[in-house]
Amino acid sequence: MRITIKVRRFNPEAPKPQPYWQDYTLEVTKTSTVLDALIRIREEVDESLALRCSCRSAICGSCAMRINGHASLACKTKVSAVVDAHNTLTVEPMGNLPVIKDLVVDMTPHWHKVRAVEPWLQPVGPEPQGEYLAPNEAMLHLAGVMNCIMCGACVSDCTVLEVDSNFLGPAALAKAYRFVADPRDGMTKERLAKYNAYGGIWDCTRCYECVQVCPKGVAPMDRIMAMRERAIGMGLKDTYGARHTLAFEELVEHSGRLDELRLPLKTFGYTNIPKLVGLLPIALRALPKQKAPSPFHKPIPEVKSFQTTFRKARQAAETERQAPTSQAHHG
Amino acid sequence: MKFAFYPGCVSRGGCPELYPSAVAVAQKVGLDLQELTGASCTGAGVLQESNLFLGDCLNARTFAMAERLGLPILTICSTCQGVMAQARYRLQDEGYRQKVNAVLADEGLVYKGTVEVKHLLWVLVEDIGLEKIRSMVVRPLTGLRVAPFYGCYIVRPSKVLGYDEHAERLQALERLIEALGGEPVDFPGKTRCCGFPILTINERNSVAMVAKHTWDAKERGADAMVTPCPLCHLNLDGYQVKAMGYLKDRIDLPILHLPQLVGLALGIDPKTLRLGRHLIAVAPVLDKLGKVAVKA
Repeated sequence: MRITIKVRRFNPEAPKPQPYWQDYTLEVTKTSTVLDALIRIREEVDESLALRCSCRSAICGSCAMRINGHASLACKTKVSAVVDAHNTLTVEPMGNLPVIKDLVVDMTPHWHKVRAVEPWLQPVGPEPQGEYLAPNEAMLHLAGVMNCIMCGACVSDCTVLEVDSNFLGPAALAKAYRFVADPRDGMTKERLAKYNAYGGIWDCTRCYECVQVCPKGVAPMDRIMAMRERAIGMGLKDTYGARHTLAFEELVEHSGRLDELRLPLKTFGYTNIPKLVGLLPIALRALPKQKAPSPFHKPIPEVKSFQTTFRKARQAAETERQAPTSQAHHG
Repeated sequence: MKFAFYPGCVSRGGCPELYPSAVAVAQKVGLDLQELTGASCTGAGVLQESNLFLGDCLNARTFAMAERLGLPILTICSTCQGVMAQARYRLQDEGYRQKVNAVLADEGLVYKGTVEVKHLLWVLVEDIGLEKIRSMVVRPLTGLRVAPFYGCYIVRPSKVLGYDEHAERLQALERLIEALGGEPVDFPGKTRCCGFPILTINERNSVAMVAKHTWDAKERGADAMVTPCPLCHLNLDGYQVKAMGYLKDRIDLPILHLPQLVGLALGIDPKTLRLGRHLIAVAPVLDKLGKVAVKA
């Protein structure tokens, strides 16, 4: 099969370094991966092409890059699966990380964030005689998140990092969950209090990009959501994020439907004057257009029986949460 | 074609223009909608942050109501679509479904795991069909350059949303815009986040996303943007003025709800479509279309 790979290139040693596109046309077989094709280009066509790779088996995580606009491992992606009708595909370096050369990015910001979540066990209390033991179910649950190979694909496509480099990001927060959910760790609440801060778990937009691109099924966003649930469960409720979800729950319980007018008021608090004043301009623009929820919020019909179900569900979740082997269903 | 209609909270709340325009379009294309009036909010992914099981129970309750009617669910909100699809996916597990059904039993409801949930966008493209829609166009969107904004919840996670069986869903908005006579405008942010979910948590980041997407689309020559998600609409339309403040530049990109764009091409009166309700004026779109003769 004759294909064209459009490669986003960047040479920092050029007189005026600017990214540019370069096309390579070559023959590949039906089973070739994108990495096979790029290595052939480097070895036979253009030795100046820079890329990073090692295991070629989706284990080491070195060859993550954007293929047709989305991050994935080049070694895990078959050319035949991604070429368009003209047998063409595009390859770019990962996003949200500085490009060193061509397809090679600087992973330093990513490692800094992983370190910031303190990715090591912190047990408390006297040391046991033998090893620290964990129940089998807990380790099985953690196996999913421990599959992370730190390739950075989720970091590349994170929509929040695109606008705010301060965000800890999906990889570091998935790693954080690996310790939050480990029964041997004694610092769960302290960890969650730390991840609760600006740039942490509440800054995620829940856009699912990281879940979609992760080549190992780690589902970082689901881990972030599980940490939100745990943080609230442990009483860490003094963030706008926690207040928002708790206000949401309360309003839905009350009428079965969301009361959009009261949601921001409850989230910010009725006495939070600066925040409420901040809502005024949008309210003043929306009201003349009648683009606003009615102040007379109507509940769904038979709201009483709905509320019985709602409370029963919450009670069942609470019972489950208190069971010793319980794990969140996220994922 | 009959559906159990799930309009969602926002189509009658923050985006009151969505509900009437969707109902008008449904009528026009021959969809018979039976509204699930007793259904509750899906939780929008927000309630799920504090209690995932509770969210799944609320959605299973809605599914059970639709199942009892023997009808697939039609939504007009991507967020509802995504949240329901995720709940439906988890509820395929029989053991989990039993736990949820134990909660629903008091209301005499049981979810058997058979319900289908479809956004109006998919119903138009897959069930009505682009050919039929093309034949119904009386006010073609000739010369109108429309940027499709999918957002997140109708796109990801793709395996939960049936993209393995329906790969064409990735281009559904573009194909629909073409069928209506318009010209799709490609831009990098079309399947990215609009920022709405973190509006009350980190407004700066949220509005930065609005600025990025609307600016990119405008730069590529878009006259308007269309979205199947009312939450995206709230942010892209409502916070565009603030985004312009960030950029210190004009954007003024009208943001249309999916049924408003379809309705315009099918000849539905702009008043019925509530086009005057937006914060960013839609008038330039109407002016542009006004120059196109309406087909008899």
